[in-house]
Amino acid sequence: MIELDEIDRRLLRELAADAALPTAELGRRLGLSQPAAWRRVKRLREAGVLAGRRLRLDAGALGFGVTVFLGVKLAAKSQVNLADFERAVSAIREVQLVEHVLGLYDFRLRVVARDLGDFERVLRRRIMTLPGVGALEANVLLSEERRPGPI
Amino acid sequence: MVLFAAGSKMAEIMLDNTDRRLLRIWQSEPELSLADLAERAGVTALKAGRRVAKMEEAGVIQGQEAVIDWRALGYVVAVSLRVTLDKTAARAFEDFLEGARAIPEVTEIQTFLGRVDVRLHVIARDLGHYQQIYRQRILTLPHIADIESLMTLTEVKRDEALPL
Repeated sequence: MIELDEIDRRLLRELAADAALPTAELGRRLGLSQPAAWRRVKRLREAGVLAGRRLRLDAGALGFGVTVFLGVKLAAKSQVNLADFERAVSAIREVQLVEHVLGLYDFRLRVVARDLGDFERVLRRRIMTLPGVGALEANVLLSEERRPGPI
Repeated sequence: MVLFAAGSKMAEIMLDNTDRRLLRIWQSEPELSLADLAERAGVTALKAGRRVAKMEEAGVIQGQEAVIDWRALGYVVAVSLRVTLDKTAARAFEDFLEGARAIPEVTEIQTFLGRVDVRLHVIARDLGHYQQIYRQRILTLPHIADIESLMTLTEVKRDEALPL
């Protein structure tokens, strides 16, 4: 496994905040030359630590006012093909995240919708009609913080 | 950093089909240069640049972030902790959130309207490490009434793209 030094950690924090930062500027902030900064980025990319980029959009400004976290329990587990369920739920555009989990629920979903009415439509027409869906629990997102993590 | 807050007063800006097409393509391939993005969307680089600048100015595009794969750094355990707080305490949310922010292994904090008050996304190197974080850092947070955990077995889909 890759070992990180303090400069790598700062580099990851900088890029997590702004992935579009030019390497020259990144180097300046870390006290490195541009080629040295670039070599570090390349190494972290090759080790799979830097796994791409994500565009940060304002969901509210784009008309997506509601995000709901759903816990899904499958009914009669032995009868349900997990792969079928996973394929079908992943194909729903409003479903942003699907995790197979161990605990009170079998799956954890993150669903985005325009408003509560739109969420209800997605829930009734798309999610509750999936093969094997049993109990559901919905929690409406009020606020969210992404933390830098252990770097 | 608050990425999303329901009931934010920001007005919805008017986007046309070109704007939406640019966002759709860029969302699915954030590594694209502006020139490549323009080509994919079938517009000139100048036009794409202007549209992107306009959306950045309006705050629709807030920036780009690097995705860190924690597994590649040895954090192979991920747990969703669903916390119910003792709301009879006046500063239950503030105190709990302040404590949670101080734990490096907490990578996401969400608050909810529902049965669950707060969700913490916690990562750890292995189960022993997780148990240590859970006992020493999580259970000692203030105002916890109840706590449930969901351990991630597989991430089936992670695509925070909006269905534009």
